[in-house]
Amino acid sequence: MYNFDFEKPSTIADAVSALSAEDAQALGGGQTLLPTMKQRLASPSKLVSLKGIAEMQGICTGDDGALCIGGATTHADVAAGAGAYPGLAALAGGIGDPAVRARGTIGGSLANNDPSACYPAGALASGATFVTNAREIAADDYFQGMFTTALDEGEILTEVRFPVPEASNYQKFEQPASRFALVGVFVAKYADGVRVAVTGASEEGVFRWTEAEAALSGNFSANAIADMTPGEDGMISDLHGTAAYRAHLVGVLTRRAVTAAG
Amino acid sequence: MPKDNGIGASPKRREDVRFLSGTGNYTDDIQVNGQAYVHFLRSDIAHANINGINLDAASAMPGVIKIFTGADFEGVGGIPCGWQVTDRHGEPMQEPAHPVLAQGKVRYVGDQIAAVVAETLEQARDAAEAIEVDLEELPAVVDMKAALADGATKVHDDLTSNLCYDWGFVEENKPAVDAAFEAAAHVTTLELRNNRLVANPMEPRVAIGDFNRATGESTLYTTSQNPHVIRLLMGAFVLGIPEHKLRVVAPDVGGGFGTKIFHYAEEAFCTFAAKALNRAVKWTSTRSEAFISDAHGRDHVTKIELALDADNNFTALRTDTYANMGAYLSTFAPSVPTWLHGTLMAGNYKTPLIYVNVKAVFTNTVPVDAYRGAGRPEATFQLERVVDKAARELGVDPIALRRQNFITEFPYATPVAVEYDTGDYHGTMDALEKMADLSGFEARRKASEAKGKLRGFGVNCYIEACGIAPSNLVGQLGARAGLYESATVRVNATGGLVVMTGSHSHGQGHETSFPQVIAEMIGIDESMVEIVHGDTANTPMGMGTYGSRSLAVGGSAMVRATEKIIAKAKKIAAHLMEAAEADIELKDGAFSVAGTDKSVAWGDVTLAAYVPHNYPLEDIEPGLEETAFYDPANFTYPSGAYACEVEVDPDTGKVTIEAFNAADDFGNIVNPMIVDGQVHGGIGQGIGQALLENAAYDENGQLLSASYMDYAMPRASDVPFYGVDHSSQTPCTHNPLGVKGCGEAGAIGSPPAVINAVVDALRSGGHDIHHIDMPVSPSRVWQAMNG
Ligand SMILES: Cc1cc2nc3c(=O)[nH]c(=O)nc-3n(C[C@H](O)[C@H](O)[C@H](O)COP(=O)(O)OP(=O)(O)OC[C@H]3O[C@@H](n4cnc5c(N)ncnc54)[C@H](O)[C@@H]3O)c2cc1C
Repeated sequence: MYNFDFEKPSTIADAVSALSAEDAQALGGGQTLLPTMKQRLASPSKLVSLKGIAEMQGICTGDDGALCIGGATTHADVAAGAGAYPGLAALAGGIGDPAVRARGTIGGSLANNDPSACYPAGALASGATFVTNAREIAADDYFQGMFTTALDEGEILTEVRFPVPEASNYQKFEQPASRFALVGVFVAKYADGVRVAVTGASEEGVFRWTEAEAALSGNFSANAIADMTPGEDGMISDLHGTAAYRAHLVGVLTRRAVTAAG
Repeated sequence: MPKDNGIGASPKRREDVRFLSGTGNYTDDIQVNGQAYVHFLRSDIAHANINGINLDAASAMPGVIKIFTGADFEGVGGIPCGWQVTDRHGEPMQEPAHPVLAQGKVRYVGDQIAAVVAETLEQARDAAEAIEVDLEELPAVVDMKAALADGATKVHDDLTSNLCYDWGFVEENKPAVDAAFEAAAHVTTLELRNNRLVANPMEPRVAIGDFNRATGESTLYTTSQNPHVIRLLMGAFVLGIPEHKLRVVAPDVGGGFGTKIFHYAEEAFCTFAAKALNRAVKWTSTRSEAFISDAHGRDHVTKIELALDADNNFTALRTDTYANMGAYLSTFAPSVPTWLHGTLMAGNYKTPLIYVNVKAVFTNTVPVDAYRGAGRPEATFQLERVVDKAARELGVDPIALRRQNFITEFPYATPVAVEYDTGDYHGTMDALEKMADLSGFEARRKASEAKGKLRGFGVNCYIEACGIAPSNLVGQLGARAGLYESATVRVNATGGLVVMTGSHSHGQGHETSFPQVIAEMIGIDESMVEIVHGDTANTPMGMGTYGSRSLAVGGSAMVRATEKIIAKAKKIAAHLMEAAEADIELKDGAFSVAGTDKSVAWGDVTLAAYVPHNYPLEDIEPGLEETAFYDPANFTYPSGAYACEVEVDPDTGKVTIEAFNAADDFGNIVNPMIVDGQVHGGIGQGIGQALLENAAYDENGQLLSASYMDYAMPRASDVPFYGVDHSSQTPCTHNPLGVKGCGEAGAIGSPPAVINAVVDALRSGGHDIHHIDMPVSPSRVWQAMNG
């Protein structure tokens, strides 16, 4: 690890100004950033911890009924406190291990946008709204490929608003070593249609499986997508599974998620 | 009532108190006054010429004391290989030089190019980044068969090829074996790979070199399973330090699994640099470094053929194996695919004719050496897989086919040069069948099928040769060391005992089990016995711990030394009681005169030995301390039968272990709880190999699974509660304790049971599958099912 400065502001405004320094970087739970720094693969000049900002902590219900989660809320707090959205609470409860969940944050996970991470599937399938210090971004505009998002340099994800679906479920098939998602599928059924988001599978990062969404919006049952699989083009192929295997898993897990959502 | 003291009792492991409360003393806990830190600059290219190294900028960095390169080691010895294998034609193996720091060429990702010694670790790392290395990349040799093709790039330019040796065993048997195959009623053939593994002990390797200018003595603190072996190899072959000027200390060691047997370049470097700089020099491996610098295990590619007659008797066995050595020969690498592998190919069966061919191959990968089981898991896996396949091809019950071919009379001389002293293979199979509830299997399979899962049952046997080993025998086989063990038993004046043993405990629980033996022999409480190990300065020359040898060989040395103690103590007791020595009996910690009520306590005798006022000084010396060296007459041959039950999810290919039962014959057992624990750990590692672990290289020689993000270790949720049975006991006939060794059995015996079960499950689902290579990951199983 290289040397760096450290700040822990208590307001979003102070955090934004601290982050304006060259090569400054936000620090959530550090569960991704710190290992990267230890391996000397990242060398921020300054870390700005978001954990001291009270307004970025916790879960509440918005006027429109959406579940609003502060950007610095830990996975453990979401697992325990997002009872209004059981599918999302279960997703958070399945991330990593207790130590990771006690430190890692929703903002850190979504800002990082690891192609195998869980939250991106939950947020995209929910059509969540990403609230930053500067603006609001729709989920469909937010995810822009592996490790890439609509966030600008120094922009802080302060809150994520999840419309609560009628039914939902997340199916995570673990990569045997990392226990991240080899493939993860989040299915959310809303009054105006079904959204299906897939993580772990595509070289473009999390994506919506629109073909399945269309079929499920007409008939929310596994049978509606019985033999359906997305094409294997653009799917990840690595030590843990070929593109064809991942494409196959997308179909299997989507059917399981629909069945489990009920 | 179960015993609570002595042999057969299960006291809790006394060493665990310090391990679990964070008060252990591991090598990294040792801080030597004024120590500097070294960081190794390692190659990130698998094969390259080093055209130049520019240290100017790096040497000027803050805190840098000195940067060493290969040039600083000219005239210094290389890392030696401790075993020379002779090939089929009577020629010695090809043995390349193995410099401490790379000279002219790097040969694997992880090879050490330079070593930066600085005031702090971060300064050393900073400076390493400023070293300019001009590497000219060469084609990497990764695949073993390609490495042996004509015109293949050579890993070592001064060798004739990438072939280390071509070994035939037993070479004279080959024509008869081939003829038996011609005459066979049925031949079963199987091709497989025994996957390369990274040992991953919880504690990474650490080395601290220290030099005392006043005495001229060098000290190496290191994470080793065998400090005396390191002292001998490093002192005599690398650095030229006589043993009386070199001390090697291996304190608490957090797991070894074989990979801490070997003498590594980092140890030699730290010892060398400490003297050169007159500063202690410390190296602590990171986990990432461990993946590319700890010797790996396994990595065999094998074709095995089994010949049977019309009555399903095994008539011959023939194997053809390629064994990966990696880029250099690690300490015992050549012995693993040969003498620890070929000699086990008879398994539990009376197959009369066996021929084993092994080609050991150099590649641009991390050196490969012994890993828990070492050669024996590779032998067991292929044998038990081919027997299973034969049973399926012949439509006979796999257990019945095994039983039919079991060796039943002992001693039994195999056609592969070893003699099993005892065993009862039907006995362990009977115990297994009981535990595994075979009759309930069909109902369990139906229940799984009702959930949409396929269920499979797999069984296998194993035999292993451990308690290594008779020195004269291994000397003939090419070992450049003896394999005896030593113990000094020191009795203190007030009766307590200290045992200085050459065995080394790094998880095995010697501090608990060894005292049980002495407590039993003398009839005292275990708490009166303390075990000292791991420091060449205060233990007799010993060979250390591996090959399940500690109790069988080291324990035997301790028994012999204790027998000498008791013999002398009886003389003293006889004197004190004015009786004939022949009439003295030792029981429950007291000496008595047979047929009388005269007795003296153990403590009275030990006190007399050190306060010899009333003492037979004309006959015996005062004091009570004895040393024994024990060299075993034969290997020991634990054996067993294992069964695994799996469920396979046909939609995803995921395998879950539903049950695992192990029936072992370890001969006599000193501490049943520790033995259970050793078996549990071994099975966990075997399941890890079968389902999860895979050190995979790409064609450029990059390790793809170089961290826990891609290298899958087994976790608690991957394994079931094990059924373990040790009731079948045929004591070893040639060591005084009748013990056989239990450390590796689990890792040897479990992988075939898992794969046999997976194949059984898939076949029950209508898939015509005979084999899937380990690890049977979900994607591989799915691939196999979907052709
Ligand atoms: C052992 C282990 C297992 C794991 N398993 C899983 C798993 O199964 N599934 C899964 O999804 N994840 C997994 N993770 C990742 C984990 O969820 C991380 O917590 C998460 O990816 C990053 O969150 P963090 O708060 O720790 O972010 P940090 O590591 O602190 O930061 C990550 C990145 O996000 C930026 N950042 C942080 N917060 C904000 C913010 N509010 N606004 C803008 N940018 C921000 C940082 O600058 C940095 O670039 C695992 C991690 C570990 C160590």
